[in-house]
Amino acid sequence: MSGEEHVWIARDYAKCSGCRRCEIVCSLSHEGKIWPDASRVRVFMLVPGIEVPHLCAQCHDYPCVDSCPVGALSVSKETEAVLVDKEKCTACGKCIDACPGKVPFIHPTENYAVICDLCGGEPKCVKACAEGGWYALQTLKREETHTFKLYAKKPEDITLDVITQLYGEEWKEMF
Amino acid sequence: MLGYAGKFLDVDLSTGNMKEAKFDEQILRQYMGGRALATKILWDRLGRRWEEIDPLGPENLLFLLTGPLTGFAPGGRLCVSGKSPQSNGIVGSTVAGEFPIELRCAGYDGLIFTGKAEKPVYLFIKDSDIELKNASQIWGKNAKETLKVLVREGRGELESRYKGKGLWKEPAAVYIGPAGENRSRIAAVTAKWAHAAGYGGYGGLMGSKNLKAVLAKGTGPLPDVADMGKVEKIIDLVLKKSFKSTTFRRWGTGAAGYDVGARQSSEPVRNWQEEWHDEKSYGANEFEKFWVKRFWGDFGCPTTCLKIAIVREGPMKGAITDNPDYENQAYLGPNLGLFKPEENIYMTALIDDLGLCGIQGGNILGFAAELYQRGILAKKDFDGIEPKWGDVKAFAALAELIAERKGIGEVLAEGTYRAALEISKMKGVDVMPYAIVSKGIAIGAHGIRSGEDYPALESYVCSVQGGDHTSTAYLPLDHENSELRMVLYDSGVFCWFNFFNKEARDSLWDLIEAVTGWKISAEEWLNIIARRVLHIQRAALLLGGPDLKWTPRRHDDIPERWYEPLPKGPYKGKAVDRAKLEEVRNEYYEAIGWDENGIPKSDELKRLGLDDVDKRIEELRRQVRRSGT
Repeated sequence: MSGEEHVWIARDYAKCSGCRRCEIVCSLSHEGKIWPDASRVRVFMLVPGIEVPHLCAQCHDYPCVDSCPVGALSVSKETEAVLVDKEKCTACGKCIDACPGKVPFIHPTENYAVICDLCGGEPKCVKACAEGGWYALQTLKREETHTFKLYAKKPEDITLDVITQLYGEEWKEMF
Repeated sequence: MLGYAGKFLDVDLSTGNMKEAKFDEQILRQYMGGRALATKILWDRLGRRWEEIDPLGPENLLFLLTGPLTGFAPGGRLCVSGKSPQSNGIVGSTVAGEFPIELRCAGYDGLIFTGKAEKPVYLFIKDSDIELKNASQIWGKNAKETLKVLVREGRGELESRYKGKGLWKEPAAVYIGPAGENRSRIAAVTAKWAHAAGYGGYGGLMGSKNLKAVLAKGTGPLPDVADMGKVEKIIDLVLKKSFKSTTFRRWGTGAAGYDVGARQSSEPVRNWQEEWHDEKSYGANEFEKFWVKRFWGDFGCPTTCLKIAIVREGPMKGAITDNPDYENQAYLGPNLGLFKPEENIYMTALIDDLGLCGIQGGNILGFAAELYQRGILAKKDFDGIEPKWGDVKAFAALAELIAERKGIGEVLAEGTYRAALEISKMKGVDVMPYAIVSKGIAIGAHGIRSGEDYPALESYVCSVQGGDHTSTAYLPLDHENSELRMVLYDSGVFCWFNFFNKEARDSLWDLIEAVTGWKISAEEWLNIIARRVLHIQRAALLLGGPDLKWTPRRHDDIPERWYEPLPKGPYKGKAVDRAKLEEVRNEYYEAIGWDENGIPKSDELKRLGLDDVDKRIEELRRQVRRSGT
């Protein structure tokens, strides 16, 4: 640890409005275009009203980084985000298999895996979410004592949790 | 072409043939997209035989169109159009959701369907991989069940066909419920459970084509634009202004279920017999108790005016829908004598599930209840149902009959105007005075008698979309509520609720330029582009269809009831003055370029290069002259 403050993006799915402003600012920043399917944060809506912004949880043990056969993934010293070396990455998909939340995905038109880089420490998605007063995404100080990996979950599993929370157990059938 | 994905898809459902369609830049600059472009294509393809085309026949076209601003102007929408099964004219009906974004990201600006599939089908689009698929497993299913199966099948298909890319986000869908399948003229094209393109009756048109749904997944970006930096700046401006409309963000249109009645006296109460109520049980504060999500919206929307409501206990238990919004609150609430939020949420969720339009559906339920109240229709006419004001279960049962076209539902599924004609014949009593419609389209839940609401005397009588409260005719023609401006929102295609602020609204011309590179001024829009669209829509409306036609001028009128004084409330006694209405109507004709019968003038059409429209309606002018109306 370098001793500087790192951030982690907390997610409150029940507060997500489904406006997808996070996808817009993320893709504009990383791709220069509005491109939902290339956004590092992707909002899944498997059931209406149950919107799930899906993005890297920066697990403390980084299984994706370990799984990469070509050393294309690394952990940023500045932010502790996972960085993808686009030149080295072969889009083999091993990082996706290794991720407990199946968060990474292959870029729709390029040959590399896409993973949230925390915008260098000031995530634009969080800013966009706060501007609208939704606060579904918020930055926290990343403490060594916390197991952020618990948040690396598949959108299907999160959806079932949020259905139960918002609609009630019986609505799980709608998924 | 900047701002456009660049191609449209023509789908012939009779043969299964699909081909890409492209339009010249000149056509797109003149007709942009959505409502305007649908009007142009409809006229070009069907205009010569317009009167003969049955809107529910295979020849009619169904459009699902975006516009160049869809995805860029905050709050993208999809425009659904075709020859309207309600008016026999053309209606641009829009619905929110991610479908238009997915479609543009897949490389298409729109879809045009013709013909009729032999068996129920749905169209699945994954970029340029497009397939018509069997829909027999979802035919007959309600909206929520339909969407559940579509999301499952769609994702399953993506996961199995395109392996190794990671998890697939669900494709977006538009679909119809049982009402649409049964070709009801008051069925909507719906999305995300609670979103609907209701005006026009395009759910019935979609059903007549045996098309249950369309699913789209686009993996590309939105189209290239002329100046992305400028687009971003304008988006930021619109966001900033929208974030400031704090009350609207808090309640959406759903604060109005109490206020429009109590404060403005312009809400339908018991089929418009009254327009005032002071039922505090129907306040926004009472609806809030049912919310489980305070902000709900669609792609790029800063306002997120929707709220998700659920009833957790009591006889209405299990109903989920958005807030409801004002139109559903009014039409499926006070209009039926219902003043409890949970009953309104229940009715709205049911209407969603059946695939009916909340406005058209609520309008006809109220109409039926008034005929019951007056003893014109009896219990036996309703298969044992007694639609008494305030009886939520009776209205729910009747809505189901309508969606299934069973018993009296067969008549009512035709919409209020046609049902009124039929019932008048059946019973030998003229029931048209109780039909609150304009040109076959139920009038939105904003009355004009008190003079306190936004629609003006000319709004519904001169609109080319009849009772559509989102496309109101208005003087002066450059007014913010003018139908000429509504054409921009429906052709852009985006939600004008993010453009209430004047500075945001004025930025639209810059946004059009930043997206498409075209310099279009407000003046050009109001005097030329939108004018062309309204004239074609007006011509089509007057030419009519095989089952009914509108008589110029005579049908440019309000429901008889609105000439009667308001019976109660602070605006008691106020009514529409017939002479004043006629005066304003004539002023509107003159301002827009229509003759004394409301027929577009020859020199006006020629000025706009619409010589073919001029020739087509010459016969209509002669008929009117002959009959001396």
